[in-house]
Formats: sequence, structure tokens, C-alpha cells
Amino acid sequence: MQITVTVNGQAYTRDVDGRLLLVHFLRDELGLTGTHWGCDTSNCGVCVVWLDGTPVKSCTVLAVMADGRQVRTVEGLETAAGLDPVQQGFVQCHGLQCGFCTPGMMMTARWLLDHNPDPSEAEIREAISGQICRCTGYENIVRAVRWAAEHPATEEVSA
Amino acid sequence: MTTVESAPVGFGRMHRKEDARFIRGRGTYVDDVKLPGMLHGAILHSPYAHAKIVSIDTSAAEAHPKVKAVITGQTLAGLNLAWMPTLSYDTQAVLATDKVRFQGQEVAFVVAEDRYAARDALELIEVEYEPLPAVVDARRALDPDAPVIRDDKEGKTDNHIFDWEAGDAARTDAVFAEAEVVVAQDILYPRVHPAPLETCGAVADFDKVTGKLTVWTTSQAPHAHRTVYALVAGLPEHKIRVISPDIGGGFGNKVGIYPGYVCAIVGSIVTGRPVKWMEDRSENLMTTSFARDYHMRGEIAATRDGKIRAVRVKVLADHGAFNGTAQPTNFPAGFFHVFTGSYDLEAAHCSVTGVYTNKAPGGVAYACSFRVTEAAYLIERMVDILAYELDMDPAELRMRNLLRPEQFPYHCPTGWEYDSGDYPRALRLAMDLVGYEQVRREQAAQRAAMAGGQPPSTLTGIGVSFFTEAVGAGPRKHMDILGLGMADGAELRVHPTGKAVLRISVQSQGQGHETTFAQIVAEELGIPPDDIEVVHGDTDQTPFGLGTYGSRSTPVSGAAAAMVARKVRERARIVAAAALEVDPADLEWEKGRWFVRGDRESGKSIQELAMAAHSTVELPEGVEGHLDATCVYNPPNLTFPFGAYICVVDVDPGTGQVKVRRFVAVDDCGVRINPMIVEGQIHGGLADGVGMALMEVMAFDADGNHLGASFMDYLLPTSMECPSWELGETVTPSPHHPIGAKGVGESATVGSPAAVVNAVLDALKPYGVRHADMPLTPAQVWRAIQGRPFRTDLAISDD
Repeated sequence: MQITVTVNGQAYTRDVDGRLLLVHFLRDELGLTGTHWGCDTSNCGVCVVWLDGTPVKSCTVLAVMADGRQVRTVEGLETAAGLDPVQQGFVQCHGLQCGFCTPGMMMTARWLLDHNPDPSEAEIREAISGQICRCTGYENIVRAVRWAAEHPATEEVSA
Repeated sequence: MTTVESAPVGFGRMHRKEDARFIRGRGTYVDDVKLPGMLHGAILHSPYAHAKIVSIDTSAAEAHPKVKAVITGQTLAGLNLAWMPTLSYDTQAVLATDKVRFQGQEVAFVVAEDRYAARDALELIEVEYEPLPAVVDARRALDPDAPVIRDDKEGKTDNHIFDWEAGDAARTDAVFAEAEVVVAQDILYPRVHPAPLETCGAVADFDKVTGKLTVWTTSQAPHAHRTVYALVAGLPEHKIRVISPDIGGGFGNKVGIYPGYVCAIVGSIVTGRPVKWMEDRSENLMTTSFARDYHMRGEIAATRDGKIRAVRVKVLADHGAFNGTAQPTNFPAGFFHVFTGSYDLEAAHCSVTGVYTNKAPGGVAYACSFRVTEAAYLIERMVDILAYELDMDPAELRMRNLLRPEQFPYHCPTGWEYDSGDYPRALRLAMDLVGYEQVRREQAAQRAAMAGGQPPSTLTGIGVSFFTEAVGAGPRKHMDILGLGMADGAELRVHPTGKAVLRISVQSQGQGHETTFAQIVAEELGIPPDDIEVVHGDTDQTPFGLGTYGSRSTPVSGAAAAMVARKVRERARIVAAAALEVDPADLEWEKGRWFVRGDRESGKSIQELAMAAHSTVELPEGVEGHLDATCVYNPPNLTFPFGAYICVVDVDPGTGQVKVRRFVAVDDCGVRINPMIVEGQIHGGLADGVGMALMEVMAFDADGNHLGASFMDYLLPTSMECPSWELGETVTPSPHHPIGAKGVGESATVGSPAAVVNAVLDALKPYGVRHADMPLTPAQVWRAIQGRPFRTDLAISDD
């Protein structure tokens, strides 16, 4: 069936199978491979994107459910003004190692800061609790989100 | 936290060069590779743990309009590829022909136009099985009536794989015979899974015209994989290019060669088009390399006042259906014989028996440093159990027995030569950081209230673990995998303008090689790290080496990087001497330049010398020009990182729920190249320890059904289970490593499980609990309080 999905501000119209997962639509149909595929069961969160402004696990959302809606992915974090503070925070605080969970973590972090600009450590931990990281032990992810909270204006960094 | 101000020219905190692509979603992982005309493969897996294959009918699948090929064991047998060698000189079925030997074993491979169609077609394959009784419990694998799993091996009448021992049995027995105190304990290190968030996969592209095979794959050892493909498939090695692009975590899961890789290659050869195979999470958990599954009986001999004299261990090692462990040939139990740990013992002995069971093959994975994880857990549990029996403080007992700094280099009773260490200093630092006396006082008050009849709402436990690792395999004369010596190469090119390219044999799965290896060269040559490109993970572009696992990148390949930079420095010296018209012996080096001794102003920077080396400057007879160099580093010994960990937990006695309140980790990994990256690696390993101690296990039911085949059942730690880690460090350089580094990638995974388990069992001490096996889930803790902890590796049966 034909769907039109707006991803990072750009509308895409495609014919897709009704069963196609949003994560595969983004990756295979649109070539936006920053969103990853990790577990199929909504446990790991490497596939987190925004759907109409809310983080969802795109491995358990059908592409057709995004028809006529807005999706934001990691590729949409950086703007003409520069990197999102969350992206900068992950670099500054070594919030990533293999990088596989990073896009999903950053999408959740951006959503958290939009709704709670000054989150406590406990609030950050709760916000990312539905996502898994195997490399960082979460410590530096939490610090990265705090860094972004403390540096809300987009600044130039050498990333 | 310490922030990074500016990039150092050499060692120090520095932001990672690789981050720029990852934070933009621009990494290139295997599943991101998309080639023109690419097809997709999917594997049909066995639903049974043990069954005869009566027949396979692929006709309906082949008739699917989007299917391009269906490959079975019979197809592969025609190519002599139905079986492949494992990294332990055993064989493993690529696709089953005669029998399936574990649930999830690979039976058929479908190649189709897209990944959904490939999986649809799996449903159309009809396989008739004749189920057989399964060997699930390793402790029954050698029973006389146990079904024989490997009847493919001629003359095989049991499930025995190997016996191996280390240490002096007679001497150890003698010490035990006259010891004042002997304590024994059965300890299980259950089967767990590394579970990198990126599963395993490959894109194979065989070009019929050139005969060149290119394989993008999730490999921690691309060069070793290339050689194995050449040996297995008979393809000439120069016509095979293995590319390990960005890898989404490895932890040992991506060391071995899996049937899916081989099937993707065969699929590409058969169809003439590129074929991608990417496993899903259940496939990853059920079929790829697990870790541990060591059933250990430890015994410790001591004096009544707590001097440990000897340790004796018997291990039953469950290797699954094929002996697919990845470890040096002469060490079938890996480096388990470092189980003497950090203590000064009179004698030690271990014997290990490996057995086949109807479970997935593997055994060495999950940041285990070749079974050092099992060893560290064994000794650290045994020391705590001794403390329990002697009613001594476990930190004090350790302090009394730790090796003293003056004993290094230390020859341990099982044959290792520990390179360097100051153990008491590390333990004292950890105790200071956690405020050991204070926490013990708090616990004492709690226990006094309990003894006074007040029911406890929380039980506080304090767990200590002190580990010594043996990493950086390894000296070529002792260590090889499939005959390939464990040395690593490096090539360094310095361009005329002084920018450089370092090509290394190891490969990053998140460790940050592109940054740290540039820092090693920067430290040696004074070229800024940003001016050094690090190339890795592509066999056509890098020198041979055995890859990244066992914490060997820095100890082996890092040494190669330093040594090749020193060669370049010496070449630059000759060029400098020619340019400055002095004798090379009259030159002195300071970071980044050679200058004339006694005349500091008169010198040339490395950048000037790079240009001079490419210029018309007249060089002495026999000097070729350019600064480029290559080297191979063959380590003289392993390195021995160590650390002292202390964990504080709060246990709810009503529910058995454990909360990790604090975790202090003091690591000594020798010289730290980039402390930011070192600390990050330690954080990750500590989370592993919390996971294994409290949550993770791959258990099986009596029929061999896998009970942890998704992340709904295989529980990994999240941000909620992990505390904010508290780190400390000491630095004892390795005396034999060129830059004094020891490796750290697996230290925390090795050291932390015992600290968490010791803490929980310390909390349960008022209930008389001496030991319970991991994972200490609420159910296990609650049952331990009731005096009946269960075996965590089998389905829970209410006994």
C-alpha cells in the first residue's frame, strides 16, 4: 500500500507491504541507517525514533502506522545551526563506544530535555531505562545528558 | 569528572576521533552495507535439541517467486562444505546433514530478493525429524547411558572432549593432607551470552570475473577469518578480502566463524550476486558463541589464622555440541590456570574435563580473557567462603594473603610469570574510597538489631574481589590459534607533509582504536593524533594479525604501533643527521624533533624530516629514503592487569530483590593511553558483572529447549540496575611492554561478578547462607534465605 511519511521534515511516498516494520522502512527504503535493528521485542531500544514527537521503538511499529505522520531520526538531530547539544554531550562525556545504541539513546535524551530541561540523574536513568547499552555501563550516557542540559544552546564543537 | 581541554600530543584524555560519525548516525555497520543487486539470506533452525534428520523437502520454498536459491547440508556436502573446522580443531556442521545437535542449529539457507521473502520461504521448507533424547545437564554427559552426540566422529562412543590439567597435583595433595582448615564448594559459572547489540551478520560478494570474494562481516579477527576461509573453501587467500566495518559491540561473540557467514559466501557464489545475512536476536542468543558454563569444585587449604596455602579445582566444562571455543591451541581451558589469583600459595592444581552437550557451541566469549573470568570468580568465591568458615573479615583475609610488591616478577604455582603489581596498595585504596570500616559498622548495627529480634527491612552486604588477569596473548612459541601464531603487525607511513597513516591488524568493536592508536604514535613521534589516520578492519589494507579479543589489542598490537613508530623515529634520525650534517650518534630526541646534542636550537621537527626524507637531501649510502616502516610484535610474556573491587548491596529479605548501592573499582592496567577510554571500558565491564551476578543466564529445560532466547527472557542490566560507578586507579607499568600498558578491556567483566555475588552472600550471612549460584535473581536470593538455593542452569523444578 502507498504511504507518505515525513521524516526529518522531508515527505517520502512509497509503496510498502502492510507488514513492513518502520525500522526497515527507514533503513532499507529510505537509506537512513542511523536507526538500528537490535532485538525485535522492544527491549533494547537501538531503534528508537520519534513518531509525532514521541519516542517509539521502530522495530514494533509498522511503517503503515506512520502514514501521514512525522518521524524524526538521529539524522534529524543536527541542524544548519550545528550539532544538537545532546550530540555534543555524548562526545564531551564519552557517552558512546561502539555507537550502536547511541542514536536511540540520543533521541530519548532529546525528548527528555524538551520536556524536562534540568533532569536529575535519577530522571535521566529512568528515561533511558527502556534501552540497553552494552559498552558504557550507562555512567557516561547519564553524564552526557546532564552535559546537554547544562549547555542548552547549540555550540560549535570539533566533533 | 575530568573534562578534556585539548587534544594531547600523545597520552592523555582526548575525545574520540570516531565519535563524529556515530553521533550523526553515519557509522557503517554490516547491516548498513547495501550493494547493487544484493540478495538476502535467512537460516532455517532446528526446533529440536537432538534429532535425526529424516528428510528435507525444499521444493515449495524453491517455487517461491522471490527465492533465488535454497541451500541445505546436502548442497554443501556436494561442495565439501557441510562441515567446517572450529577454532579448537574440532568440526562443526555448517548446515546439518545427519542430525541436529542443539536447538537452533542451522539446517537450511534461503536466498531471496528481500529479507522478508527469505523468512517467508523458511516456512515452506519441510523437515522431518526423528527426535532423540538430549544431553542437557553437563554433569550427566559422561554417564554410560548418555546418548552419544558426536556420532559423526568415527569411533566416538561418549561425549568426552578433553582432559587437561595444570599445577602440581602431588604437591597440592600433600599440602591439603596436612592443612589445618580445608573448605570445599561446588560453584557454577552459568552459561551466559555476550549479546552485543549488533547481532552477527555478513555481506558476501563473489565476483565471478575476477574471482575475488569480498566479505563484510561482524568479525573481531578479520585476518584469521580470511585464512580460515581460504583453508575451508579452497579459495586463494589473496582473492579473499574480509572487511570488518564498524562493529556494534563484540565481547568475544564475533571471534568465531558462524555457519551464516559461510552460507552467505556460498549463496553469493551460487547466485552470482551479493548476499546479505543478518541474524535476529533470537538467532544470536541461541546459536552464536556463549560464554562460561563451567561447573567447578573448588577446595582451599589454609591455616586456622587465615594463611591460604593451596587451592585445588576440578572443572567440568560444557562446550556444547561442537568444540567451538576460540583459544590458543595448547590451552583447551584457556587461561583458567590463573585461578591462583592474587595470592601467595604454596601449591595449586586444576583439572578440567570438557564435554559435549546438546547446546550451542562456543565457550570463550563475553570479555572473558580466555577463561580468566571463571578463574577469578572461582578463587574470589573460595576466599570469601574461607572467610565465612573462619569468621574473618574478607578484606582482611585478602590483605593477609596478597602477593607483596617485592615478589614480582612472580612465578605462580601453575606456571605463569606475573609481570608487575602492587596489590596491597590497590586494595587499601578501594577500602578507603568505599569507607570500608564505616560500611561495616553500619552493617554491624543492622545485624545487632536483627539479633535483638527486630525484623530487617534491608540487609546490607559488602563484597570484595581482587583479581589478576593474564592478557595479551601471546608469545608465539606458546600460543597460536589453528597454527597461526599470536603476533600482530603494524605499518606506519609518514607522508611528505608529516601526516601519517597507521595500519593495524586489530580491529575495533567500540574500543576506540582510531583514537588510542593515533595517540601511541603521537607519543612516540610527536605527530598530533589528529594528523594520524588509523586504518583497521580490512584485510586488503592492513598487515596480518590475530585480532581484537582477550584484551590483546593494546598489549600486542599497541606494542606493535609503538615499535613501528620507533623504527620511523630511527629513520628520521638518519635523515636528520644528513640534513644537519652531523653524526646520528650526536643527535638527541625530544618529542617531535631531533636536535644536536648541546645545541638545542639546531634541530629538525618530525614534519621537516618527513619532507626531507622525500626530498633531494642526500642520504647516506644504503638509506632508501622515506620514513615508512613495518613491524611485527611478538610479545615476550602476557601482561597482568589487576584490581580491587568493592560492592555494597541492599537486599530486601521479603522479596529477594538486590539493589547495588555502590561499586568502587580500583584498576591497575599499567600505563593508560587515554584515561577517558580506559574508564569507559571499566564502566561497561562493571555493568556486565552486575548483569551476570544478578540477571543473566541461559538455562535449558529437560528437552534442551533454550529458556533465554530473547531479551524478554535473557535479562541484561539497564540504567536502573547499575549504580554510578566510583573508580580509582593505581599505575604499575608492565616492565616488558614498550609503553608499559597492560590491557583493560575485560578487567571489569573479570573482576566484578565476584564482588557483587560476595556482597549479596555477605548480606545473607545472618541466615547462614554460604553460597548460592549466579544469577542471584530475587527467586534465587529468596530461596537461598530459605536454605534451598537451586541450580540456575536448568529449568526450575520445585524439588
